[in-house]
Parts: sequence; C-alpha cells; structure tokens
Amino acid sequence: MKPAWFDYYAPRSLDEALRILADAGPNGRVLAGGQSLMPMLNCRLLNPAILVDINRLEVLNSLDVTKDGLTVGALVRHADLLHDDRVRHGWPLLFEATKQVAHPAIRNRGTVCGSVAHNDPAAEHPSVLVTLDGTVVIASAAGRRELPAEQFFTGILSTALQPGEMVVALRYPPQPAGTGTGFVEFARRLGDFAMAGAAATLTLRDGVCEHARLTVVGMGEGPFRARAAENMLAARRLGADDRNEAFAEAAEKVRAAVEPADDVHASASYRRHLAGVMTQRALETALARAGAH
Amino acid sequence: MPREQNIRLNVNGRVYERTVPVRLSLADFLRDHLHLTGTHLGCEHGVCGACTISMNGRSARSCLTLAVQADGAEIVTIEGLRAADGSRHPLQQAFLENFGLQCGYCTPGMLITAIELLRENPQPSEQDVREALSGNICRCTGYQAIVDSVLAVARDTQGSKKREIV
Repeated sequence: MKPAWFDYYAPRSLDEALRILADAGPNGRVLAGGQSLMPMLNCRLLNPAILVDINRLEVLNSLDVTKDGLTVGALVRHADLLHDDRVRHGWPLLFEATKQVAHPAIRNRGTVCGSVAHNDPAAEHPSVLVTLDGTVVIASAAGRRELPAEQFFTGILSTALQPGEMVVALRYPPQPAGTGTGFVEFARRLGDFAMAGAAATLTLRDGVCEHARLTVVGMGEGPFRARAAENMLAARRLGADDRNEAFAEAAEKVRAAVEPADDVHASASYRRHLAGVMTQRALETALARAGAH
Repeated sequence: MPREQNIRLNVNGRVYERTVPVRLSLADFLRDHLHLTGTHLGCEHGVCGACTISMNGRSARSCLTLAVQADGAEIVTIEGLRAADGSRHPLQQAFLENFGLQCGYCTPGMLITAIELLRENPQPSEQDVREALSGNICRCTGYQAIVDSVLAVARDTQGSKKREIV
C-alpha cells in the first residue's frame, strides 16, 4: 500500500504550476487535498509520473461572495464551507451536501474542486454543482476557460479536463427568492459513499412550482439530471393536496430514467428503488424550505 | 527531479529536520523515521481512521498526507497528548475509566478525532459524537464505550473539573 515513484513539485505560483502541468501533459496530476488521489496512488490504481502539489498556492484558497454568486477556489476544503455563514445561508444545498461528505478528517483536507475534478459517481459535489447551475473555471498555461457543470462531467471518474488543465475555481450563482433546497443521501454507515442520493431545488410562486432542478447521486455515470421529473414539476401546483401525487410521479420518472449498475454495495434494482425514495425526500425538504404550508 | 527532500516540522512540540523520499507518507515518516509508533496504520487508504493525527490544528489522515506536505507544519500525535507533568489527557483518562478501548489499535485515531470534536463542540450530543467518530473504525468495542468516554469528558468539562482540551 505504498505509492509508486513520482516526481514531486510544490510550486509557489499558479503560473509555475500551470507550466509544470503543461510540460507533464497526460503524465501529470494535481494534488490538492489528496483524499481521493492518495488512496488511488497507495492502491496503485494510478501511477502518474509527476505530482503537482498546489497546497502552497494561497491564491487558490479563496471563498468569495459577490452579487454574481459564490466562488470556491481550488484550495477550499469541505470544512471551510461548513465554517462559513455566507455559505450556510446563501447556498444551503451546498452546505447540506457538504455536511454529508465523508468524515471530519477527510473534510478537513479534501477540497470541493478536487471532488468535482475527480467525479466519483457517489460524490456529493458534482451533483450539487449541476443542480445549482454552477460553472467550472479551468486554467492551463494557454489561458482560462469556463464550462457549465453539465458539460464538465462526462462519465465515471471522467471530466472535460484536458491534459495540462486544472480546475481553479467553481462558481455558484445566487439562489433566487422563494427557492427551497434539499439534499439527502443513503449509506449503510454514516459518512460512507452513498448508494443513492438526490439534490433538489424548488422555486415557488403562489403555491405553484416555477422552477425545479433535480439531480440524482450514485447512479453510475456521475451526476444524473432528472429532466423528465423537472419538466413534470414545472408549473405544477404543490399545495397540501397535490404535492404527494406530484412527488410520487417525479420519483416514478426518476426510477424509469436512471441506469444504475450492480456492485458489491447494492444491486441495480435496489439503487433504482433508493433513487425514487431519495427523490421524494429531497423534494419534500426543498418544498418545506421554499416556504410552502 | 530529486526523489528526496528536506523537511522541517514540529511534532508534539519538538522540531525535527530530516531528508525523506517524496513518496513517503506522513504516517510512515512518524513511525519509521521518528519512531513515534503510537500512530497506527490500518488500511493505508483513508478508510479506517487509525492513522488520524492533528496537522496545524485540524485532524488529518496521515496515510493520505505525504511527509513532504508536512514541511513547516505542526503535528500532534497520540504521544503529544500527555501533559508536561506526564499526566494523561482527560480524554485518555476517560477512555481508561469507561472501558473505551480493548485492543487499542484504533484508540490514537479516536482520541485525536474526539479532541477536535470537543474543541469545536464542547457539549456534543450522543449523535454528534457518533457522527464525528464515524470515520474511525473499531472492531472490538461496538463503539458504545467509546461514545460514553467522550460524553464523560464533555460532562466533566462542563463542571468544576474543567481542564482545557488541546
């Protein structure tokens, strides 16, 4: 359980880091919190020739709130979000989901950007970013580009990142008024990777759903955006008499759409069932927080 | 690129300067280079929590941290918990009194994790304790006595026996 040899760089400036990454090409890996990368190195599932440790780049350790939203730099740890009242009140979905990321020691080191760049299908942050219409800020020696979350995630442990590129920040737009959010996940033991989870936002006006976003966690390919359920919920009345039927329909649409795989943790049919249950619970939580009575 | 680097770090109040392979984990550095073998290794990929140490005031998995990343850091391990006069940390004492350990393999990680919890949340509920310790696996106790130990310290620090948690 020891990593194979690599060359280790701990650059002092972002430009230097990007130059090293450009030279390294496909042989380079960015080391931030290391909570996913180090296990893969220790288990020798990955064997990069070059590690670029970005932990000395203080410029990436920034958590900024402006009128355009929240920007989370590449060195912001999960625990940093949990200690920030602006995140707690302004981006409650992100806050709730972050509480459910692994365990305290992992949250102290692991970074939000790292979780997004890793794109484990059971991870919370990719689905939250998709649900909140977030953006990934990518840098390389050639310059910067920004991608909407949905275009960033391309499959299991796969993203649109090219060799020589790194995620430098994530942007989350402000939450519209009248919006409630819910994040739930299910694991057999506290803090384990979820077998299934769901992230939901509902924006209400006069008891009618103006806007719904729903993303399911743990279904195999990465964040699964449940568009059929979202479309069904839009313009739907969500009063005390209607909501149960609407959410049951949403769950049914999710169960019909997801394509989970069997693995040692759960069968595909159990995951499909859980996806429906998580959907209902996330929507109920979101609705309650949107101010519905 | 050299495969060894010099590091200088503070471990339990003492400064060490060593040359280490870049791929060496902090856990192996503590155990094999400094002979601080109280930090235990269970899984070596971040799952079991036995190797949890405190790095710059926050708990961290020493198996998922490279020794070179600890250059300039302040580390506290189980060996650093005793007071200057040699007396046990209140949480160590509570584990002793409440049968919070059996084989003892998970205990160093449990202590470091629980101390961080009590610093952030001096009066945790049972659920808070269970959540905080969820990343530390114990195969002996069934956890109940560990949770009891942490809650006992929380009760004590509330009363007159108040002593500062590291």
